[in-house]
Amino acid sequence: MSDVQVNSLTKTFEKGSIQAVNDVSFSVEKGELFGLIGPDGAGKTTLFRMLTTLLLPDSGSATVNGMDIVKDYREIRRRVGYMPGKFSLYQDLTIEENLHFFATVFNTTIEENYNLIKDIYVQIEPFKKRRAGKLSGGMKQKLALCCALIHKPTVLFLDEPTTGVDVVSRKEFWDMLKSLKQQGITILVSTPYMDEANLCDRIALIQNGEIMSINTPENIVKSFPNTLYAAKAKNIYLLLKRLEADEEVESCYAFGEYLHFTVKTDGNENDLLNAIAERHPLDELELKKIKPTIEDAFIRLMHENTIKVTADGE
Amino acid sequence: MNVLFFILRKEFRQIFRDRIILAMMTFVPIVQLIILPFAADFEVKNINVAYLDHDHSSYSNELINKIGSSGYFSLVGYPLSYHDGLQLIETGDADLVLEIPSGFERNLVRHGHQKVNIVVDAINGTKSSLGGSYLKSVLADFNSRLDIMIKSPNDAISLPAKRIEISSVNWFNPRAEYKYYMVPAILVLLLTLIGGFMTALNIVREKEVGTIEQINVTPIKKWQFILGKLIPFWIVGMIVFTLGLTVMYVVYGIFPAGSIPTLYLFAGVYLVALLGFGLLISTFSDSQLQAMFVAFFFIMIFILMSGFFTSIDSMPGWAKQISLLTPVTHFIHVVRLIVLKGSSLGHVYMELFYLILFAIVLNSLAIWNYRKTS
Repeated sequence: MSDVQVNSLTKTFEKGSIQAVNDVSFSVEKGELFGLIGPDGAGKTTLFRMLTTLLLPDSGSATVNGMDIVKDYREIRRRVGYMPGKFSLYQDLTIEENLHFFATVFNTTIEENYNLIKDIYVQIEPFKKRRAGKLSGGMKQKLALCCALIHKPTVLFLDEPTTGVDVVSRKEFWDMLKSLKQQGITILVSTPYMDEANLCDRIALIQNGEIMSINTPENIVKSFPNTLYAAKAKNIYLLLKRLEADEEVESCYAFGEYLHFTVKTDGNENDLLNAIAERHPLDELELKKIKPTIEDAFIRLMHENTIKVTADGE
Repeated sequence: MNVLFFILRKEFRQIFRDRIILAMMTFVPIVQLIILPFAADFEVKNINVAYLDHDHSSYSNELINKIGSSGYFSLVGYPLSYHDGLQLIETGDADLVLEIPSGFERNLVRHGHQKVNIVVDAINGTKSSLGGSYLKSVLADFNSRLDIMIKSPNDAISLPAKRIEISSVNWFNPRAEYKYYMVPAILVLLLTLIGGFMTALNIVREKEVGTIEQINVTPIKKWQFILGKLIPFWIVGMIVFTLGLTVMYVVYGIFPAGSIPTLYLFAGVYLVALLGFGLLISTFSDSQLQAMFVAFFFIMIFILMSGFFTSIDSMPGWAKQISLLTPVTHFIHVVRLIVLKGSSLGHVYMELFYLILFAIVLNSLAIWNYRKTS
């Protein structure tokens, strides 16, 4: 049985004028590391707040551990761990006191579940007498994760745990999640970083409160329908303008130092690139075929969605 | 119950860790009790008076000396005309001008009556009304002794004029000292600040920082959270109250005339009411700034309407009604009764009833609104 089951969950704010989560359905299996990938304001936090019983949905239903998020909220609160995106521990208490406090309110002790947090806790233990407010960003994240784990939750909700954390700490954090997964904890994690998507078992791409696609990261990349090309020139802005105006080019967007584009009719790769190079003879022009990433898939889905929305509107 | 204990331990840790709050809790009572009674003194001394004497007679001199010797007035000048006198008031040098017309002595002796003119600067309401009435009472005294000074003609035997002499005694505050009136009220102010502000700010801080989110996903129940907030500040309030009573005794030598347990009973109930008020504000506010302003707005009205500075009896009817609707009014009233008059519980049980009512209403409203919003 799935550990988290979401059926047509909907939530609006400001008397229905803001659609935060719109008819979202998905399920997460036991022991799965599930990622919600989407930009800021996509509805990830709202979804998490509903699943952790902090917000009531407008319509739809969801179960966590087989329990209803509205009816059985007390029991759910006993079982899940939630780490909000914003650091929400007591800044004026020390690491030790925070951890101790959250252990006691769950009627447990640090010792009882020490094996669960050990790998993480040893990294911050040298500073256990330091107040939480005086910790660095990475240490705060580790402490928050410890506090969310101290009662041995069955499902762990992590809302943007790596936002604002340095690259090394981010990598460490994901390693920790992997080891937690091995202990059988179901983990739902949200992130705006596409590169972290590859580290999840399955991901849901979310945009404007709607899920665009749910699959494994590999399948999402595989499902990219066209060949993707990258282009670069000395005057990259001019190149972007020209490619956007090009009849043959289907879509084109900036991606790091390159432009990524797809063409309407796929053909022989070399002929195609040569034709484009001829049409746009810019300085230092560089064209190549590349493998799409999750981000490319996301951007593509996002475009399709906007086209669909405008088509619906007409 | 166990969980509540852990919450309380956490709250106390946080309170004792905040040095500024801790310092404020000890210094505020002491400083307020020491400074305010002296500063907020309604007794008016040093009224500046100018004499405009058109008569220059022995009678007018007598009157001026009498005024000067009363101790409340200080002479600022002898203007030569009404115009000059008015100018002294305009520049703020004089609070009062007493104009003695020419023929003052002659008219008094011949006709037995004479009018004088008093000009009062009414910018400072208290000073003008009190200064004016002090001067009038000096004049009345001067009046009553006039016939002694006037020699009876032809050695005729005259009976002294009949009149009622008034001698007054101030009960419960024999020397009518203002500090006896103020000090108990400041004790109330202290409890009001702690109860009203500290809880509201503390709970809103949890909202603002986001810690309430983390608390809400734990099995902590609402009542545990609320009690965990109210109990520490109730205890802090009682400690500050005790500190205040000590300062009151050490600095002013005021020892409650009534029973101390009764006083504590009232303080305890009052604090519950005020904590409910703070809780209510916290349910409405999302930031400490909002909570601060809302609490300040109400507490300002509470204090000004409570009879802290001014007598409730002299308020217009509608204001009296509002005044009775604030818990501060009742508590100030009771504290003054117990501390100065020595009233026992039997005398003030109605006030206890009112305070309990306030405690129930405010807390119920707060909990009802707390439920609704979350």
